Amino acid sequence: MDMNRNEYIKYSKRHSKKSPVIADCAKAFFVGGFLCACAEALSMLFLSLGIDGNTAKSLVPITFIFLAGLLTGIGIFDDIARFAGAGTLVPITGFANSIVASAIDDKSEGFILGVGAKMFTVAGPVIVYGTLSSVIYGVIYWLAGVIF
Amino acid sequence: MDFLLKLIRAFIIGGALCVIAQIFIDKTRLTPARILVAYVTMGVILGGAGVYGYLVDFAGCGATLPLTGFGYSLSQGVKKAVDESGLIGALTGGLTATAGGIAAAISFGYIFSIIFKSKPKR
Repeated sequence: MDMNRNEYIKYSKRHSKKSPVIADCAKAFFVGGFLCACAEALSMLFLSLGIDGNTAKSLVPITFIFLAGLLTGIGIFDDIARFAGAGTLVPITGFANSIVASAIDDKSEGFILGVGAKMFTVAGPVIVYGTLSSVIYGVIYWLAGVIF
Repeated sequence: MDFLLKLIRAFIIGGALCVIAQIFIDKTRLTPARILVAYVTMGVILGGAGVYGYLVDFAGCGATLPLTGFGYSLSQGVKKAVDESGLIGALTGGLTATAGGIAAAISFGYIFSIIFKSKPKR
């Protein structure tokens, strides 16, 4: 194809995929919202079965972690995530997916440095920074209690 | 009606938290890992500041299922432990409160990665 630089820029602009932010956001909203509504329904189901509040509070994320892990293993999660974007990333499902996906991908490196280490590629930083900030908060909270 | 209202609240707040992340993914070069780290840290900060608790009261799982909720649990665990046992609680509270989720993620993750094989990327 024969064209000068400006023509090329116009051409590539016309043909490069536009990032459809609105559509992405709508998908993320509906999938993410749906997951959270399901979690809420599940939590109410647990409560109605006579499971006490604190146990239900831990059981709900654990159920989602289990399902997200299973769907990742089967290979369906990727398809859903490609559609939903942040809709499956932000709920705890994204955290579970990152663990299973990276553990499976690096299985060939062995069970110690493959599965054992690589499962924390994404989950590790989340736990590190989450714990670190909570410790800092704890110290500040303690200091505030001592001073005031 | 109360049942439906709770679901709708969870839907809206949970969805909105995902939309914020989606905008960051589309408009900046933040990777999903960075988004998750930012979310958990924001959860700790907002939980510590006492703001996130209102969102949890309002939206239930709409606020606790997103990763900010994980941060919120960390901060509430630390707060409770510091109240009960002083400074040492800053170290013990966070992971105690979130132990179930972390242990579940590690054990299910391990089991599933043993059972399933890597699939070719499409």
